[in-house]
Amino acid sequence: MKILVPVKRVPDPDVKIKLKKDGSGIDTEGLKFVINPFDEIAVEEAIRIKERLGDVEIVVVSIGGEESTEQLRTAMAMGADRAILVVHPDYIDPPNVAAILAKVVEKEQPDLIIAGKQAVDDDLGQAMQMLAEMLDYPQATFASKVEIDGTKVTVVREVDGGLTTVEFEMPGIITAELRLNEPRYASLPGIMKAKRKPLDKMTPADLGVEVSPKLTVKAMSEPPARKAGKIVESVDELVKLLHEEAKVI
Amino acid sequence: MRCNIFTQEHEIFRRTVKNFVEKEIKPYATEWDEKEEFPRELFKRLGELGFLGIKYPEKYGGAGLDFTYETVFIEEMARGGSLGMLLSILVQTDMATPAIYHFGTEEQKEKFLKPALSGEKIFAIGITEPGAGSDVAAIKTTAKREGDYYIVNGSKTFITNGAIADYITLAVKTAPEKGHRGISLLIFDTGTEGFSVGKHIKKMGNWASNTAELFFDNCRVPVENRIGGENMGFYYIMKGFETERLSGAVMAQAAAEYALEIALKYVKEREAFGKKIIDLQAIRHRLVDLMTEVEVSKRFLYYVIDKYVSGEDTLTEITMAKLWIGEMAIRVANEALQFLGGYGYTREYPIERILRDVRLYTIGGGTSEIMREILSKRLLS
Ligand SMILES: Cc1cc2nc3c(=O)[nH]c(=O)nc-3n(C[C@H](O)[C@H](O)[C@H](O)COP(=O)(O)OP(=O)(O)OC[C@H]3O[C@@H](n4cnc5c(N)ncnc54)[C@H](O)[C@@H]3O)c2cc1C
Ligand SMILES: Cc1cc2nc3c(=O)[nH]c(=O)nc-3n(C[C@H](O)[C@H](O)[C@H](O)COP(=O)(O)OP(=O)(O)OC[C@H]3O[C@@H](n4cnc5c(N)ncnc54)[C@H](O)[C@@H]3O)c2cc1C
Repeated sequence: MKILVPVKRVPDPDVKIKLKKDGSGIDTEGLKFVINPFDEIAVEEAIRIKERLGDVEIVVVSIGGEESTEQLRTAMAMGADRAILVVHPDYIDPPNVAAILAKVVEKEQPDLIIAGKQAVDDDLGQAMQMLAEMLDYPQATFASKVEIDGTKVTVVREVDGGLTTVEFEMPGIITAELRLNEPRYASLPGIMKAKRKPLDKMTPADLGVEVSPKLTVKAMSEPPARKAGKIVESVDELVKLLHEEAKVI
Repeated sequence: MRCNIFTQEHEIFRRTVKNFVEKEIKPYATEWDEKEEFPRELFKRLGELGFLGIKYPEKYGGAGLDFTYETVFIEEMARGGSLGMLLSILVQTDMATPAIYHFGTEEQKEKFLKPALSGEKIFAIGITEPGAGSDVAAIKTTAKREGDYYIVNGSKTFITNGAIADYITLAVKTAPEKGHRGISLLIFDTGTEGFSVGKHIKKMGNWASNTAELFFDNCRVPVENRIGGENMGFYYIMKGFETERLSGAVMAQAAAEYALEIALKYVKEREAFGKKIIDLQAIRHRLVDLMTEVEVSKRFLYYVIDKYVSGEDTLTEITMAKLWIGEMAIRVANEALQFLGGYGYTREYPIERILRDVRLYTIGGGTSEIMREILSKRLLS
């Protein structure tokens, strides 16, 4: 069995990011980058499936600049077997991500694609759904539990106010929710082993994709500064203000 | 020359240590400090993750890497807020075990180094005595040979991990009449009859680390537990000080950076006289002075580490780093606390603890005066 896990390099969510003065993007000077946390959960899930089933190859793929090798190596240090970097240093929108991944899937023929439910940098959460459409694959998004029985995959999904359980036949796509698992640390021996694991590089053109963005980022701006809070004297006053001023109750 | 000693693998490893520290150290740092101990299981956990054997060969359970990786480990661990715990851990990895690795027999490495790196056994290093600190040659604990055993008598003090250790790398006099040429190192099992732990020593800082007095009353130690040659101990101890002082300098540097980070965060939030205090020129100028001091120290330290891992003689530079960075950390922590005003002085913020902890760095592992002695001999004679 083969599992493909797309991983994206994103700014460390624990660090407060700064915008460039001209608002054209974020200031990356001295900024640390990590694997998108949801993708890390996807990597972990693939490793757990491998630990349960044994004969599983895990391939991680990233679309990005040369720096993204760090995230691919991290995934391999956790336990993925090999990596593919599709070199494209510039901004890329979900339709193009999906187009590239569709070609990678064609090449690799994975039985399962496990991805994060969204990337925490732009929070778009569209690429996997587009990929499913392009490949005509079943998709189980926001997974909080995954079970595999032969070629049958059962996924518990988190939806507003509850859970739904869906089933599909491989091949198909799963996107990981926060509660799917707790990713492991890349161990020191794992990090050293990852250095020797194969990492293939190719360009979108090598895959026959011409990247033509349908979406461009025009400007970025800080959220408005939060207004000062107000200290109220009593619960009655609080209820009154929530009703009359905030109009939430 | 750009002093970057780290590769992509280092950055991945840094992430691992950082995540570990966030989840398994930070939430407990204050509790450990106030209880003056931390759970013994932490040694095992660190062993499991491969953090105790970073620079030791794989056949003893290590990772077979060099000190640059250990640097990453110390830097991130220092940010966990429990420098006392880190002191205990570094005694295990950099102070008590290097002599066994460098000068011990294959059997000793199997029997003692392996369980130290896996964290199953805890080590201490016993050199200092009530009457002999800086003057190591003046130690009075004796080991008299009787057949296949040494009979050990005497006492030690200020021993980190003293009350929790399974083994002690112990400095003893095997030929008292020969001064520093009469010292040997023994691996001492704390289960030995006649061994006892004296009072728990209360300290200014580094509370999470245990510090104890130890007594030896006719303790029998098998001769096969001697590290290296008889009467060669002084040389082994001096050699061991190199790694110990380098890792001490890394810890001091990281502590200074951590203190400064806390201050920087605080001045951006605190308001006085109608503005954020970071907007006051008096504050800004002092902050950039401290940032300069920390950065210059760090670049020198990385240069020293680079030279050390290349295998060249780095004794002079390590001594300079221990001297300079130990004193710098105290200055920076002291100044950083000032920016927090009254809050800095309270236990609501970790900065008063950092100041108390770093105060050790011009004393432990050799005092600043001794560093100056070593440098005078090497540079002025
Ligand atoms: C928290 C803590 C943990 C420790 N852990 C350990 C441990 O695990 N194992 C261990 O063996 N030891 C340990 N020590 C002991 C430590 O190494 C000694 O305290 C240190 O070496 C200094 O010795 P001393 O305290 O006897 O001071 P002394 O040697 O008595 O020095 C007193 C003062 O005189 C100065 N002085 C001494 N000689 C000279 C000289 N020639 N020229 C100029 N000035 C001089 C010193 O610099 C110092 O300022 C620890 C100490 C502390 C505080
Ligand atoms: C143990 C203790 C006991 C105390 N007891 C009392 C008490 O009994 N009664 C009482 O009323 N108060 C008491 N205090 C409060 C104490 O007086 C204040 O902590 C002190 O005045 C500093 O104020 P702050 O802590 O708010 O610091 P801040 O005023 O917030 O100052 C933070 C930092 O900014 C600097 N700073 C502020 N303004 C400027 C400026 N214009 N230019 C340059 N630098 C500036 C400060 O020097 C400091 O370094 C006590 C504090 C402590 C720690």
